[in-house]
Amino acid sequence: MDAAIRVEALSKRFGRLEVLRDVSCAVADGEVVCVIGPSGSGKSTLLRCMNGLEEATSGRVLVHGVAVSDHGTNLDTVRREVGMVFQRFNLFPHKTVLQNLALAPRLLRGLTAAETRDRADALLDKVGVLDKRDAYPNQLSGGQQQRVAIARALAMQPKLMLFDEPTSSLDPEMVGEVLAVMQRLAEEGMTMVIVTHEMGFARRVAHRVLFLDEGRLVEEGPPAALFESPREERTRRFLGKVL
Amino acid sequence: MDEPQILWFGWFRADIIKEYEPLFWEGLRMTVGVTVVCILLGTLLGLLLGLARLADARSPVARVLTRVLLRWPATVYVSFFRGTPLFVQILLMHFAVVPLFMNPADGWLISGDTARDLRQNYGAVITGIVSLSLNAGAYISEIFRAGIQSIDRGQTEAARSLGLSYGQAMYHVVLPQAFRRMLPPLGNNAIALLKDSSLVSAVGLGELAYAARTVAGAYSRYWEPYLTISVMYWLLTLLLAWGVRHLEVRYGRGDSR
Ligand SMILES: Nc1ncnc2c1ncn2[C@@H]1O[C@H](COP(=O)(O)OP(=O)(O)O)[C@@H](O)[C@H]1O
Ligand SMILES: [Mg+2]
Repeated sequence: MDAAIRVEALSKRFGRLEVLRDVSCAVADGEVVCVIGPSGSGKSTLLRCMNGLEEATSGRVLVHGVAVSDHGTNLDTVRREVGMVFQRFNLFPHKTVLQNLALAPRLLRGLTAAETRDRADALLDKVGVLDKRDAYPNQLSGGQQQRVAIARALAMQPKLMLFDEPTSSLDPEMVGEVLAVMQRLAEEGMTMVIVTHEMGFARRVAHRVLFLDEGRLVEEGPPAALFESPREERTRRFLGKVL
Repeated sequence: MDEPQILWFGWFRADIIKEYEPLFWEGLRMTVGVTVVCILLGTLLGLLLGLARLADARSPVARVLTRVLLRWPATVYVSFFRGTPLFVQILLMHFAVVPLFMNPADGWLISGDTARDLRQNYGAVITGIVSLSLNAGAYISEIFRAGIQSIDRGQTEAARSLGLSYGQAMYHVVLPQAFRRMLPPLGNNAIALLKDSSLVSAVGLGELAYAARTVAGAYSRYWEPYLTISVMYWLLTLLLAWGVRHLEVRYGRGDSR
């Protein structure tokens, strides 16, 4: 069976800047993978290559066997199956919470208004913001906005979810509520790739952790092994700083 | 036949205006009609040109094609229409371009008697609507481009990540937000268009300025007709500004992040 995501010898340059260098990795269905590494090491870029927001300079990215990096591939159909959650939420400010959730399913899944509303309500309930369904994003706290953003991605019933530092722009007291939602999602068996600086969360929830530094995949392994006994000197130095 | 003179404030010959009242109403109708049609056509054209100037593609071949077929032509178009006087564009349109497309002998679009009749009866209207719309489209495309570019890239990325196509993301996410920010400059543009429509009187379009010119010619009095249409233009622009402010309030919800 095809892996949920397979990255083959991926390199990415922005002009002269080499951001990813020959990165290869795979994510199995149902697996939760956390990506850690210093700022600027290419974590976001790696994640964005996985749904085609960035184009690979060389190498390939396959999502369930479909080459995202090929120009012939219809990215829109791939992206329907790949949810993405951003550091800065990116909710649609001119739409209510409910409308944020309903837009894509109604356009792309051919559901009726009632069906989308029911599905949205169930998801909002699940992430604990059902009482805000008719509010506009600017009326919500950061934590609530991020939970709505997660629900919005889930409303498309994606096969896998990408998270780019979902708690990094939150006030500390709101980090927990977002991580709790993500942990529950992981426990339900969702395939997830999570770029994060929350090492405690990674250790608790991830099946596997990737350590990225200067665009290279330096080391990967189960959290216990990687956090307790990193093989690489660079990993050790990074963990020494953040733990 | 001679009506008695009606003097306001001792010098304003109101009877002249009274005598030509139907002409002024006719002119007002034409001014408003041409302005409304040109705002709609100019906005549509501006949107298309704005999108053309922002067009991009994934594969190298398609990228070159979008440059050559969309971006560059749109850029040259906008540069020309912003870089030459509207008055000259109107004359060029009326005496050179329209005859090319429409003439009794060998019009590219219409020829024969239809062409003659159309130009005789509607020549100035056609010139007016076409040249004002083409000109407004160039300016409005800049407003669209700036408006679209002012929307955070994260909005498009979020929409595209959900699987929306470029067009769907534009239509449902980017343009509604951009449109709010564009309302003030679009309003200014509409006001400019309203005033610029007076230029088309030069080729005989029976709008307000034309009415004033006719009256001035008949009586050799200038204060009365030109002051009258000045007040009419002023009221129209005030009305337009008020309407735009209303729209801004109405569509301003949820746009403070
Ligand atoms: N669109 C872009 N254009 C130019 N440089 C970029 C772009 N996106 C990211 N970069 C650069 O690529 C490097 C890696 O960025 P990123 O993947 O965001 O790192 P991380 O998420 O690990 O902090 C950084 O130096 C960043 O400045
Ligand atoms: Mg990042």
